[in-house]
Amino acid sequence: MSAFIQEHGLLFGWLTVIGQILLFTIVLLLSLAFLLLMDRKVWASVMLRKGPNVVGPFGLMQSFADFGKFLLKEIIIPAGANKTVFLLAPILSLTLAFAAWAVIPVAPGWVVSDLNVGVLYLFAVSSLGVYGIIMGGWASNSKYPFLGSLRSAAQMVSYEVSIGLIIITVILLVGSMNLTEIVDNQAGGFWTWHVLSWNHFILFPVMLAMFVMFFVSALAETNRPPFDLPEAESELVAGYQVEYSSTPYLLFMIGEYLNIVLMCAMMTILFLGGWHGPIPLGEDFVANFPLWMVNLGHLVWFMLKVIFFFFLFALVKAVVPRYRYDQLMRIGWKIFLPTSLGAVVIVAGYVVYMGVQA
Amino acid sequence: MAAIVTISAICVIAAKNPVHSVLWLILSFFTSAGLMVLIGAEFLAMLLVVVYVGAVAVLFLFVVMMLDVDFVELKQGFLSYLPFGALIGLAFIAEIALATFARGTSAESFNPHPGAENNVEAIGQVMYTEYLLLFQLSGLILLVAMIGAIVLTLQHRPHVKRQSVAHQTQRRRSDAIRRVDVKSGEGL
Repeated sequence: MSAFIQEHGLLFGWLTVIGQILLFTIVLLLSLAFLLLMDRKVWASVMLRKGPNVVGPFGLMQSFADFGKFLLKEIIIPAGANKTVFLLAPILSLTLAFAAWAVIPVAPGWVVSDLNVGVLYLFAVSSLGVYGIIMGGWASNSKYPFLGSLRSAAQMVSYEVSIGLIIITVILLVGSMNLTEIVDNQAGGFWTWHVLSWNHFILFPVMLAMFVMFFVSALAETNRPPFDLPEAESELVAGYQVEYSSTPYLLFMIGEYLNIVLMCAMMTILFLGGWHGPIPLGEDFVANFPLWMVNLGHLVWFMLKVIFFFFLFALVKAVVPRYRYDQLMRIGWKIFLPTSLGAVVIVAGYVVYMGVQA
Repeated sequence: MAAIVTISAICVIAAKNPVHSVLWLILSFFTSAGLMVLIGAEFLAMLLVVVYVGAVAVLFLFVVMMLDVDFVELKQGFLSYLPFGALIGLAFIAEIALATFARGTSAESFNPHPGAENNVEAIGQVMYTEYLLLFQLSGLILLVAMIGAIVLTLQHRPHVKRQSVAHQTQRRRSDAIRRVDVKSGEGL
């Protein structure tokens, strides 16, 4: 970024950066509206229902109608609530959810900030997401939200550990924490994606297992079914957001869904080759097209993969029954943690003895 | 940013509500990570956020929220703790001053990644060579602390019902369900 600013002058540089951020935000919010609809549609289809189909053609405008309704409702702040923290919590969780997207590269060079500790930044920001939940639950000054937020936080903290270790295996394999380099390491077609990693043949089962574990941990980390115990709507009075209404609740919900999409994007980048298509087209063939068209193609691949993962998230929500809390903790600490630790050792050994990195 | 760090650090002590002071503490951690980014040590900054803000402070917040701390009572003991606190503060300042004088204040001594391409490599190169023993020792200390905490809190109570996962998953239909022919008017 700083090089860009030096080239084009300070004002123009800053304007471009602000423009990029705005563009990212708007595109994200718009696509989120349709992803939300997709979530509900998939869920409905599994249950042989129609899902939202009244507002607009095929119910396409449903999310926007919901949005308007949320905004027009009255904001109710409980009398005993800690007002500042109560309102700060949803703002914090939304801000953090957006902030994480700053380092996600959607196509070659199409990224707001290409940090060289990108993965670590993602991990750091997603670990901050707990605060929105704890603050919200505590500030409501009521038992149910507080208990809900404790459950949520305990769950997120537990699964962060295994997510961190799984990320380390990928970092070891690539030898860099820069997300762009991680994606480019998987450029040679679908067999070099980290899910399969057939170019490191011995690691194939390890990385496949890591991928599955990352998917499950991502479900748990975002409090999605089958790990949605914090809010289990058929069993409890929701979770940390019981006392929230109107816009603050909307902020929480958008933050939550942004985190889900972020997890999908992370899986795409870490394991499924990011913007690269499954079969490399060859330099000569690609050179026939203008750069923007190539990048657009990359963007399409990236989005397709993210949507695929989101579809999986929605499908899991529909078909898998809810876990018990002790089972959740057992999987996190007794199975995922040792397995991913072992995988880190195996991958590290492979990297050292096979001389993968220069 | 330094101003925010200082103000939030003062607020940690000044805040009446213990939860608020933890939140201020988190803000000051986070801003110090920002300061580290500004001098070019991104890796340390991210680690600070992951470890302190993301894990340690969460547990802190947990404990403070769950404990019903009477802060008025704590405030009364403030003066008696003051000399001890001041001593620790002085020790910290002395350590930082010593480190600064020992290394000098030239620009080179504050280079975030001396002799390496980025600061991840720079840290790795010294941590696993020069300071290997210290690094492993600190790991060992943490392990001892962890085991100590587990030993202190682990207590086997004899009459607690426990769930055996193996037992649960091995349960079959034939173990659980019994067909009974009930004659009408008799019951079981």
